[in-house]
Order: sequence, then structure tokens, then C-alpha cells
Amino acid sequence: MKSSETMDIPRIKEPTPLQETWYHLKKNKGAMTGLGIITMFVLMAIFAPLVSPRDPLAQQISERLTPMFTNGYIFGTDDLGRDMLSRLIYGARISMTIGVVSVGISLFFGIIIGVTSAYYGGTFDKIVMRLIDIMLAFPYILLTIVIVSLLGPSLTNAMVAIGISQVPRYARVVRASVLAEKESDYVLAEKALGAGNFELMFLTILPNCLSPTIVQATLGVGEAILNSAGLSFLGLGAQPPTPEWGLMIASSKQFITNAWWIVTLPGLAILLAVLGFNLFGDGLRDILDPKMRN
Amino acid sequence: MAEKKEILLSIQNLSFSFDTQRGVVNAVRDISLDIRKGETLTLVGESGCGKSVTAHAINQLNPMPPGKVDHGKIMFRGTDLLTLKRHEIEKLRGTQISMIFQEPMTALNPVFTVGTQIADVFMTHQHMTKQEAMERTIDLFKLVKIPAPERRVNSYPHQLSGGMRQRAMIAMALASPEPGLMIADEPTTALDVTIQAQILDLLNDLKHKIEMSILLITHDMGVVAEMADRVVVMYAGRKVEEADVFSIFETPRHPYTLGLLNSLPSNTKYKNARRLEAITGTVPDMRTIGAGCPFENRCAYASQKCGQEFPAETVLSESHSVWCHNYHMVKEG
Repeated sequence: MKSSETMDIPRIKEPTPLQETWYHLKKNKGAMTGLGIITMFVLMAIFAPLVSPRDPLAQQISERLTPMFTNGYIFGTDDLGRDMLSRLIYGARISMTIGVVSVGISLFFGIIIGVTSAYYGGTFDKIVMRLIDIMLAFPYILLTIVIVSLLGPSLTNAMVAIGISQVPRYARVVRASVLAEKESDYVLAEKALGAGNFELMFLTILPNCLSPTIVQATLGVGEAILNSAGLSFLGLGAQPPTPEWGLMIASSKQFITNAWWIVTLPGLAILLAVLGFNLFGDGLRDILDPKMRN
Repeated sequence: MAEKKEILLSIQNLSFSFDTQRGVVNAVRDISLDIRKGETLTLVGESGCGKSVTAHAINQLNPMPPGKVDHGKIMFRGTDLLTLKRHEIEKLRGTQISMIFQEPMTALNPVFTVGTQIADVFMTHQHMTKQEAMERTIDLFKLVKIPAPERRVNSYPHQLSGGMRQRAMIAMALASPEPGLMIADEPTTALDVTIQAQILDLLNDLKHKIEMSILLITHDMGVVAEMADRVVVMYAGRKVEEADVFSIFETPRHPYTLGLLNSLPSNTKYKNARRLEAITGTVPDMRTIGAGCPFENRCAYASQKCGQEFPAETVLSESHSVWCHNYHMVKEG
């Protein structure tokens, strides 16, 4: 296999981009904390049936409003006697799904719109971007509420609504970086090699625009979780008895004076999850931006 | 010298203009040139004289709009490239007409390994499997003399030196089933002199090995001497002189060609030591060029006629033509 020229060249392993990112990530405390939190929630979500001590929907009316750390209930029970810990664990499952699916929706459309609009430019770009501007002009939560009320309140529709209402942001981010990349020589070189428009847009330019998009998406997951909790709180998202964090807060808010934990714990869970994604996203931004690197 | 071989590419009376916000720029005016099989034609001229526009017109890489072909034909293997549809020209690019760019630093996609990028060309045009494509890529790397090719295919562009990257670019241009024409747009400008010599040797070597034609764009007369069979000198979008490489260096007849040659350091060391001459003045604004010879305002031989009409072709010999009213006054030195 080895040619004669290979023999005397010392073998230096070149790090792949992934290894390099990981190397810088390890040095960033905030990002690592965030990653830790995210990993915890993801594991909780995946292994929910294994780690939750009880059925999150099973009601034990005789043990309702049990305080924390009593009778074997680590986080107590809610107003219907359901185990809070199990409900929080299953809530992670719902929140992570919402985060990933809604960001997936916005990424999919945002990338298509952003790339094509920047690539073709001209009138097409102008029209598309003005439409995006119109969407951006609506207060975000209002837009979401409108979409949900059109589709009907449910968890799936909440995800769709959050996803759609975030599309403009991704479209803008992607468009900006495509605009910067599309005049590069390598695009022309690829064109000279016979690449068509589709290839140029999605296989040549897009991979060069991924880092700002990844950062935006990471931060977006946290935001989506927060927003879905907000929608559920307003009764437009998950419907009872789903153990969704926002819904848990909404349905137990009248107990805040005598059973603080049923309201506070889901709130803390939301806080922690969003914090995790924000820390990680911020860290990624520092790492992926070569100008911020040493 | 080039025997009369079959003509591969023939540009006939091509005019190309850009409609910019500040007026129409006639970047290329009435250019005709022929490239024969296995021949190297160099296009010489200073920055902005329309060399690249001419070259990019061949595989239609000029941005259109604002660019526009005013008239002319580009015949390649019997078809007029300018009448082809977009997907037809896309099929030609990278298969029969390939291209090397000036800046090897930026002409490779930074997020993929060089091997992947070249293998991709094999995979799209020749529908090879990934493994076949990789093997062919390694073969190509050997052909362009990249050391340790098995390892280098897995390198990212930023991990390679400038010369290595240019070799990778050439390999990429060679990744076609029937490399007929290679357009090399100042392939050595960004490289230092020793690497430059290596790359030129490589190109010459490859030309003989696989019988392709090269359209070489340069502003460096040294590169011309090294590479060219025939030379076309361009000035402000016009062809001003065309000749075989020997005539250009021995008996240049256009004042501009003479100026280019005089601005080269002479290698006769101390004997004929002289100050380097520069061509005085600057290239005229391409938007305001009149009907006359564009070189008129910088030309030492200019007469009144020069400002009024562009000279017709004067055939000096079978392989030497000049477009100048006062060519008979131009003597070397």
C-alpha cells in the first residue's frame, strides 16, 4: 500500500474538524456545563421508563400534595397524588422532543429559504426577504398563538407553530452566511467542474455556512422549550394529563401557597434545560467563530 | 512549432460586455482565436484587459447578467457553446473543458478534504463508486506528483502548502474522462518562483502525456516563454498581436508587446545592463474607449490615424499577425 515516498515522512495525525471542536469545547467551562445538563436531560428522556420510580399518570388521591422527601416521594406529589419526580422525568421527554422537532422544522424551511434566496438573489431574494420581514414584524408569541389557534391546541400543533414562527430567524442567518460564501473562488471552481445549481447551493456552499446555523439551532432548542412551556401554560399546547412542564405549572398554580414544590419544580426544570442549551450554544459560538479563538 | 493540427476550440469575433450601474463596459471586443489539439495558447495582457473574461466566456462562468455576449461564436468540437442550454454546458464543464484557478488558497472548498472533492468529480461525471473514485484520485495525485498521496487525499485544503494545493487543483481539473481543453487562469501567480517552475513543468508534462490543449492566461512573459506554442497579446479587450512564441520574443511588432518585453529584466547580466522600462500611463477606462486603437494614449509610435480607427489585421507571416497602423516602425530594443 505504502509508496516509496510515504516511507520517510513522519506520520502526524491531522485532527478532523470534529476532534478540533471537541478539543476547544473541553476548555470552555460554560459549554461543558451546558453539555452536561443537556446530556442529563437527554438521558432522562430516553430512559424515562427505566429511571422514573412510578407511573407519571397514576393518581394516588390519598397521598395528594405530599411534600418533598416524604413517604418515598423524593419530589413529593401533586394535587392528584401523582409522583412529581416521574412527571418531571417524562416531561423531559416531551420537552426534548418539542425542542428538536420544532427546531428541525425551522431549520428545514429556514435553510431552504435562506440558501435559495441568497443564491439566486435579485427580485426573488427581495420578495422572499420582505415576506420574512413581515413575519418578523409580528411579535413572536402572537404569531405562534395565531398559528396554534388556526390548527387547534395540541402538542403537535404547538411544535409546528413554534417551528414555523422561528423560520425567519434561521432564513436570515443562513442567507447572510450564504451571501458571504457564494462569491468565493471555490464556488466558481466547483461550477467550472460542472456542478449544477442544486449541488452548488446545498453541497458546496451550505456546508460552509453550518457553524452559525448550528449555534442558532442550539440556542433555538432552549427557546423552543421555553415557548412550548409558555403555550402549554396558556392552554394552547399540551393537554392534561400530559406531564408537560408548562402545563404542570399552569394546572397547579393555585397551590403555590400551600404546596410550592408542584409549581416550582417544573419551573426549575424549564430553567435548567433552557440554561443548558444557552450555555452550550454560547460556548459553541465562541468555538466555531475563528475570530474568537486564540 | 505547432504543425497544422485539428482545431479544438475556435472563438470567432467574440464581444462581451458588462452592463454595470456606471455604464457599459466592453470587456472583450471582437476577439478571435483558435486553439489546436495538443497546443498551448497563452493569452497575455495586463490586469483588466479581458483575458479572464474571454476564458470564462468559453465555459460561461461570467456572471450573466450583468455580462452579455454581444456577438460572436465559440466553436468547440463542432458545436457553438454559446447556443447550448444551461444543463448542456454544465455537462461539458469538468468533462471536456476544465479549469485551474489563480488562487489555490481559495479555490478549494475549505470544509471537505481534497480527496473527497476530487472523488466527487469522478462520482458525478463518471458514476463511479466511492472506492473507485478514491483510487482514481490517488492515481491522479501520483500523476501530479503530490508526495504521500494516500495520506494527502485525507487532508483539508488548509493543511496543504500553496504549491500542493495548486497540484490538487490540477488533479481536480484532470479528473475528467476526456480532458480536451484546460483553461489555466494565471495558475502560478500566487506561487513563489521555484514552485511556479515545478507547476509549469508539470503542466507541460501532462500536456504531452494526455494530449490536451491548454489555454493559459498570464501576464508574465517568463511563463509565456516557458509554456506557449502560440501567443495572443490582448490590450483593453482587443487582440493586438498574435504569433508563435518565437516571433513574439524575437520580432514583436506591436508597441504594446514590445513594451511588455522591455519591462522584463534582461538575463544578459552586466553586458547590456539597463534600467527596466515601464509602459507609461495607465489602461484607459473601458467605458469610454472610442473607435481608435486603445493603446494610442500610451504609444510612442502613435500617429493621428491611431486615435480614429482601430487598425485592421496585418499578416506578417503565416503565424504572425499584428493590429497596428505603424507596426513597420516598431523595431526591437
